Amino acid sequence: MTDLLEAFETAFRLLLSFDAGLLEIVGLSLRVSLTALGLATVVGLPLGGALAVFRFRGRGVAVVALNTMMGLPPVVVGLLVYLALSRSGPLGGWGLLFTPSAMVIAQFLLITPIVASLARQVIADLWVEYEEQLRSLGATSSRALPTLLWDARQSLLTAVLAGFGRAIAEVGAVIIVGGNIAHVTRVMTTAIALETSKGDLPLALALGIVLLLLSMAINAIASVLTARGEQLA
Amino acid sequence: MRASRSILPLRLSGLTWERGGEQLLGPLDLELDGENRVVVLGPNGAGKSLLLRLAHGLIAPSSGSVAWEEPDPRRQRSRQAMVFDRAVLLRRSARANVEYALALRGVAAVERGARTDEVLEQTGLLDLANRAARALSAGEQQRLALARAWALRPEILFLDEPTASLDPAAARRIEQLILQIREAGTAIILTTHDLGLARRIAEEVVFLYRGRVLEHAAASVFFEAPATREARAFLQGDLTW
Amino acid sequence: MVVRAWIPALVCALIFGASPVATAEPEFITLASTTSTDNSGLLEHLIPLFREESGVDVRVVAVGTGQAIRLARAGDADVLLVHDRASEETFVEAGHGLERVLVMANDFVVVGPSGDPAGVRGETDIAVALGLIAEAKAPFLSRGDDSGTHKAELRLWRAAGVDPGPDSGTWYREAGRGMGATLNSAASMGAYTLSDRGTWLSFRNREGLVIVSEGDPQLENPYGAIVVNPQRHPHIKVEQAQAFVAWLISEAGQRAIAEFRVGDEPLFFPRASRR
Repeated sequence: MTDLLEAFETAFRLLLSFDAGLLEIVGLSLRVSLTALGLATVVGLPLGGALAVFRFRGRGVAVVALNTMMGLPPVVVGLLVYLALSRSGPLGGWGLLFTPSAMVIAQFLLITPIVASLARQVIADLWVEYEEQLRSLGATSSRALPTLLWDARQSLLTAVLAGFGRAIAEVGAVIIVGGNIAHVTRVMTTAIALETSKGDLPLALALGIVLLLLSMAINAIASVLTARGEQLA
Repeated sequence: MRASRSILPLRLSGLTWERGGEQLLGPLDLELDGENRVVVLGPNGAGKSLLLRLAHGLIAPSSGSVAWEEPDPRRQRSRQAMVFDRAVLLRRSARANVEYALALRGVAAVERGARTDEVLEQTGLLDLANRAARALSAGEQQRLALARAWALRPEILFLDEPTASLDPAAARRIEQLILQIREAGTAIILTTHDLGLARRIAEEVVFLYRGRVLEHAAASVFFEAPATREARAFLQGDLTW
Repeated sequence: MVVRAWIPALVCALIFGASPVATAEPEFITLASTTSTDNSGLLEHLIPLFREESGVDVRVVAVGTGQAIRLARAGDADVLLVHDRASEETFVEAGHGLERVLVMANDFVVVGPSGDPAGVRGETDIAVALGLIAEAKAPFLSRGDDSGTHKAELRLWRAAGVDPGPDSGTWYREAGRGMGATLNSAASMGAYTLSDRGTWLSFRNREGLVIVSEGDPQLENPYGAIVVNPQRHPHIKVEQAQAFVAWLISEAGQRAIAEFRVGDEPLFFPRASRR
């Protein structure tokens, strides 16, 4: 109990004093996860939508594969990306290991299946409603896809937030490919792991509280955007 | 501008449609020249909606052909439009919904605005033009769907139960609009359960029963002296399927 | 729509913001070391001193000894600093590293529950201490992760004439985790464990654990630094890596090591040989 109280105390002290170390870690966490999220959105939303709209042989298999990838253990993804980016690996020449870019790549691989799978579900449902009318108006599947994506934007935002949640909270992948290097690749989750392993539980908890507050803030912003969006549409 | 060939008349020959080993429609032969307002009648499950969708090209037949006068499939599609029993509208303004359809057809931006204003005015929706389409009432939404179809200036307009989900006042407005659209030169073919609407609007009736055309006659003939037992039962309200 | 416009702009800004800008990046080398070394705070103390003198930054990837060696072998690090002499020598013999340089040493301590069920307290002979624990079948938590500490622990059991392996799962348990995590578990289980002094000194979650045995010369834990062989990995920053090792064994480096304190206690002892 004292640990918990000390944790809250430490958390607020760090936050209110705009502790430089904390800000650096939070800033990096956001940069890495938001970049990965941006890329995952750009790739995942159209991918999910395309799977919903286009009929082709093997679509069922593709959907099952995509849904399975949603459950990829982060540490496994981290390991695979490490093996790829290691100097002894196929992409070693890129020199990306132990950099934030490697972390972005790993998180991108983790969250794109989630974004794509949820998008697929949302778009598939919408397509059932819209298909006949859109075809009647002369839209091909390709032409209809961007229309569907835009019309489903509120539900798709939820898919995107789900992706963000997974990215900001995972540690298994980024700790392996990033190396948890101080000031370079240390993010909130890896810092928490580090402090826990050092036995500094109050600090670890404090960082955890900060992470939760951050997540809450992002979700709140999204909520406001959604509400505004509803008024306009 | 070279006047493009009319896509009418439409000839359906030997049309069938199967699902799960069951033949739900056909064999069916029908010719529509668009001169008269055609109403397709029949009990539930007779295949009315199927017939419209096959004719409009939304579904492919299991056998037989759907032959328009114009051979180019793109021109065929661009000269038709369809309105469904429930308006399917995008999450944007009423105006934007109409403009979307026009953009799909490749109509230039400036003309899109003009045509949209025109049909919105004709359907009495101009005041609601900037309202979110989904926020409109059911009647207004269906009028918008009609406006959208009309903006495309189709040669033929298919309507599948256009007044099914509407109250009588809204249904009447739709009816009036359909007549206006015919006046402006678009051929009309619609299905309905509303016999009152059918009697008022139809000039020609196609009576379907269990996927086959049982009767195809002038409206006056059909309503006053139906030739088949099933048609008579249907008109009396005794034929449920 | 206004909303649509700023989305791609944001993505681009984020991508360029998060990618390493290669233009004016300061020089750095990558050091693969162990979690216990990093957690002690020594590297945080040494690196700024080296950076000031040489202008080269040192990025530390702190993992288990086995993984650190693997990273060095793969060429993902420029320098290796670990405390497992046997592995270090094998590494150099196999041609992965240029030379093993002895830099410093710290020591291990045996910690255990204050209740001390095996009666180890005060025993300075490590072989005797471990023998007492085995005889009493008192709970003992091993790192069990192939780390330098783990290998040292196994050596000490052998020297004590005890083979705890067959008893794994009963009084002898293997955590398979880092030092901090193992101490955490030992504290909650009330078990004995072998820890490096550094991690122990900065460990805050003691819950009744105390040092029960220390000081035996066999508990000394020497650290070797090895520059990765550039013939195996041409991209290795050999010059800067060698400069780092040279600094560690220089007078300045050795003094910095000796001056490092946790609380008021020195943690590491300079051991560079003078040739």
